[in-house]
Amino acid sequence: MKFTQTLTAVATAGAMALLMSTAASAVTLNMMNGSEPGSIDPHQASGDWENRIIGDYIEGLMTEDANAEAIPGQAESYTISDDGLVYTFKLRDGIQWSDGEPVTAEDFVFAFQRLFDPKTASDYAYLQFPIKNGSEISDGTITDFNELGVKALDDRTVEITLEGPTPFFLQALTHYTAYPVPKHVIEKVGNNWTQVENIVSNGPYTPTEWVPGSYIKSVKSETYWDAENVQIDEVNYFVQDDLAAALSRYRAGEYDILVDIPADQAEWIKTNLPGQDYFAPFLGIYYYVINQEKEPFNNPDVRKALSMAINRDVIGPGVLGTGELPAYGWVPEGTANYEGVEPYQPEWIGLSYEERVAEAKSIMEGLGYTSSSPLSLQLKYNTNDNHQRVAVAIASMWEQIGVKTELFNSETAVHYDALRAGDFEVGRAGWLLDYSDPSNTLDLLRTGIRQEGTMNWGNNYGRYSNEEFDSLMDQASTEQDLAARAKLLGQAEKIAMDETAAFPIYWYIAQNVVSPKVTGFVNNASDIHRTRWLSKSE
Amino acid sequence: MAGITGKDAVLTEYANRLETLDAPKGRSLTQDAVRRLVRNKAAVLSVFVVGFIILFAFVGPYLLPWTYDKIDWNNIRQGPDFEAGHFAGTDQNGRDMLARIMQGTQMSLIVAGVATLVSVFIGVIYGAVAGYFGGKVDAVMMRFVDIMYALPYILFVIILVVIFGRNPVLLFVGIGCLEWLTMARIVRGQTLSIKEREFVEAAKAGGAKPWTIIMRHIVPNLTGPVVIYATLTVPEIILTESFLSYLGLGVQEPQTSLGTLISFGSPVAETLPWMLIGPAVVLVTLLLCLTYIGDGLRDALDPKDR
Amino acid sequence: MVGYVTRRVLSAIPIALIAVTACFFILRLAPGGPFDGERALPPTTLANLRAHYNLDLPLIQQYFIYVGRLLQGDFGPSMVYNDFTVAQMLWIGLPFTLMLGFSAFIIGTIVGLVAGALSAVNQNKWPDYVLVFLVMIGLVVPNFLMAAIMQLVFGVYLDWFPAGGWQNGSLAHLVLPITVLVLPHAGRTARLMRGSMIEVLGTNYVRTAKSKGLGQRLILARHAIKPALLPVVSYLGPGLSYLLTGSLVVEQVFALPGIGKYFISAALNRDYGLVLGTTILYMFIILAVNLLVDVIYAWLDPKVRYS
Repeated sequence: MKFTQTLTAVATAGAMALLMSTAASAVTLNMMNGSEPGSIDPHQASGDWENRIIGDYIEGLMTEDANAEAIPGQAESYTISDDGLVYTFKLRDGIQWSDGEPVTAEDFVFAFQRLFDPKTASDYAYLQFPIKNGSEISDGTITDFNELGVKALDDRTVEITLEGPTPFFLQALTHYTAYPVPKHVIEKVGNNWTQVENIVSNGPYTPTEWVPGSYIKSVKSETYWDAENVQIDEVNYFVQDDLAAALSRYRAGEYDILVDIPADQAEWIKTNLPGQDYFAPFLGIYYYVINQEKEPFNNPDVRKALSMAINRDVIGPGVLGTGELPAYGWVPEGTANYEGVEPYQPEWIGLSYEERVAEAKSIMEGLGYTSSSPLSLQLKYNTNDNHQRVAVAIASMWEQIGVKTELFNSETAVHYDALRAGDFEVGRAGWLLDYSDPSNTLDLLRTGIRQEGTMNWGNNYGRYSNEEFDSLMDQASTEQDLAARAKLLGQAEKIAMDETAAFPIYWYIAQNVVSPKVTGFVNNASDIHRTRWLSKSE
Repeated sequence: MAGITGKDAVLTEYANRLETLDAPKGRSLTQDAVRRLVRNKAAVLSVFVVGFIILFAFVGPYLLPWTYDKIDWNNIRQGPDFEAGHFAGTDQNGRDMLARIMQGTQMSLIVAGVATLVSVFIGVIYGAVAGYFGGKVDAVMMRFVDIMYALPYILFVIILVVIFGRNPVLLFVGIGCLEWLTMARIVRGQTLSIKEREFVEAAKAGGAKPWTIIMRHIVPNLTGPVVIYATLTVPEIILTESFLSYLGLGVQEPQTSLGTLISFGSPVAETLPWMLIGPAVVLVTLLLCLTYIGDGLRDALDPKDR
Repeated sequence: MVGYVTRRVLSAIPIALIAVTACFFILRLAPGGPFDGERALPPTTLANLRAHYNLDLPLIQQYFIYVGRLLQGDFGPSMVYNDFTVAQMLWIGLPFTLMLGFSAFIIGTIVGLVAGALSAVNQNKWPDYVLVFLVMIGLVVPNFLMAAIMQLVFGVYLDWFPAGGWQNGSLAHLVLPITVLVLPHAGRTARLMRGSMIEVLGTNYVRTAKSKGLGQRLILARHAIKPALLPVVSYLGPGLSYLLTGSLVVEQVFALPGIGKYFISAALNRDYGLVLGTTILYMFIILAVNLLVDVIYAWLDPKVRYS
């Protein structure tokens, strides 16, 4: 008993010390941010947990508002040429890096050149390939960086020239690959510029502490152009891979925001933490790929039967318990630049599940697959509670139509290695849109490109290939009229889905949990919530 | 073949003769041991409980209305429901938890048994040889153990998975081959002391070969620490298995194991408690009983005791 | 004695080199690479990345480059964490791992020895059963479950301690993680201590001492404790290694810095540089611990000779 009291006393003393140290009035936001950041250099980052930190300390020409729509950031205004190829940005007056150096057009030119520099080896450089010569510089066919389509007309004017009209380009500029980097610091310390003793920011916050495996702390930057409207003084981005532990810590009051929740807790959170659940659809699709270079999966009828037998209505609400909406098409609803296109529905959408199973069964029987002589296939997924459940459920659904499924899970690196190598029959995959445009998902189904004698299939793991689809996509990429472009893309989606190029299963749901103390958090389709728009009451 | 068999017969006969020479003492020792084991109430009770768990795991599934991989679409993540025949509830896929616990117990018993045997076998021989020979042999052998300790264990497991694919039993033979390090160190330490004892000196003076000395004089004297450490290895392996399954390197769905069930039950301890309690109770009971049996055996086998 | 220790210390260098070599090549046997993420990288980017980390060179050449750098004290870059070198990451994480590991080791060993000795003295009486039961609970409950329960009970329901995180080494933040680490270690130590103590209590010289009418305390202090420690000491080396390398779960659940997680996560990420760096570091820690154990062993049992 006495021992317990001592411990409690120690704990209280610790808590007191903690309170004292975090200064009297500073408003601190504690955010559970998921994984350890691989890098907070915008040219090296690749995950949403890195984006949350980077987007708070660097601001691009364009930035996101509370709804994650593109609004001018470091640029005050912009003009677009009539042919849609030249964008001219005027920078704001008096913008500066947190060390007092001005942010100039040259910082942007330098940043884009660094992004495409083969030596930088940026994972996501390809998102800015719409920029003229970006792709060529990145693969080394052009070595003169001055040929890049980004120019500083003067200290305060940036001109960007594109390869072709790109309706989503302003949105693409909000992505961290388009952010400026401090030329004056990088020239001095090179790639060490992101270490806290070197780092400078032009956004609302500046990173000041980084303990790998634990947290990054950023504090409000007084040099930010809109600093007077920034409400929160300090942000701690905590590393926390264990989601059940994250929820416990949230309940203990140690986190204000959770960016993800443990499986099976959605209902519990809705009931026990009312008003704190911010669950909303966002642009992403969970799907299975089928290897179309293997028999019998090259037969569209087999693919159709397999797809029909998946009872998507039971997966979100039942198996996962979160209520993900069933997906039948390939472009998430709410994607920009897709106005006027009806969401895709397969011709069998009107059938009840029993009718679908019956039809799928008769298709399979017609091909000689019955429960006594089943089609054996292997379903690969990367290790994860949710992936496992979906796989178990679908294996059982397929059993009804004469398919015997062997489940095979592996770690992420091995799983995707196998998908890329074509070493699978059916495999789990997912795609979160980089920017809100239908081409971002439809590109996943384009025929690979032949390079140096081998086919590069990119993210088209199933190796779906259809000439008509490819030609519609090519036409769309040069089409300037948004409505006509949307129509072309819509036709492409229909072709691919009619042939069951892959099995869409559900649309992703963003699962944030936000403390009632925090205001300004708005559900949006991109699931981007910059700290700048939030405020917190104690 | 004939030659080998013939030689074997000679050896067997020789061994039999040796046994008759030792007979009076040996027999009384065994009887004594059994008598002492029976007197140890905790151990006896544990033997019965473990027996019951084995029956539960291997016979139980035949008595249930559901199999471990059958999905009941009408009862997903439901608590215990006697009408539907889900006596311990269902998991998130609507599979019967009781059937899964039984299957998981089977799997855990098999893998733990296999891996522990392999690790004891390698560890005892390796440690005894290193300790007995001492000097350079010992130094090299023990440094090898040090190297093995320092290499990332998970790397070996990933490679074993590549080699053995998804056969859990083979995988755990492989894991047994990795788990012998601590056993080897303990055995080696004991051997260092034992080999200085009079009876080993005597055997040496009598011209016994090193291998004979190790197997006849040293290994039998290691029984105590070995049995105890083996009972410590069983939980270790069951827990290792759960960790590997958690990382996706262990038992493949729809099969399961106790450790896997617990690792899935632990995050939902509050919301779906039946997913945790069942497997946790079986695991804890099983391991507790194995320990009491281990203790009982040790006490009973110790020739110096009482 | 001094010569023995010196020889052992010097032998650490070739051993570390062998371990690095083995690890280097075993790593490359595993399928998948550091850049196999959820998304396929464009081939040009992949080629750039591979060139950046010298992965495009023949394996044997990569090996010599790595060892060459290593001999100059350069652990090279991490392939997943770009903002830190491997040396920086290990340097930042090591103090936490050592602090956690050694605190748990000291507490766990003391608790384990005392519990084991008490249990042995009361063999097969109720204090023995109770102690064995308590010790076993610590041993058989998987650490991820123990951590989750502790966090929920003491961090959320009772709110006695912070549920996680780390604040300048404040004691309150360390109580739960250290407890989770202590339990299995104390359990194993107690079990070994109990076993060997019972054995010692049954030996002739202790019986002789008893028959001479010496008090139980004196017998324990003078004759029983030291020899009973022998098998326990053999275990302490591996036990400390477990604590230092096995802190992954504790680090993840309580969101603590430390290098335990790299041992697993770097291998899963195929972060070649970080795996090798962590391996080398652990190698030296383990060699040091084992040397210490062997020296203690000799002190406890004078019959063991250095050779």
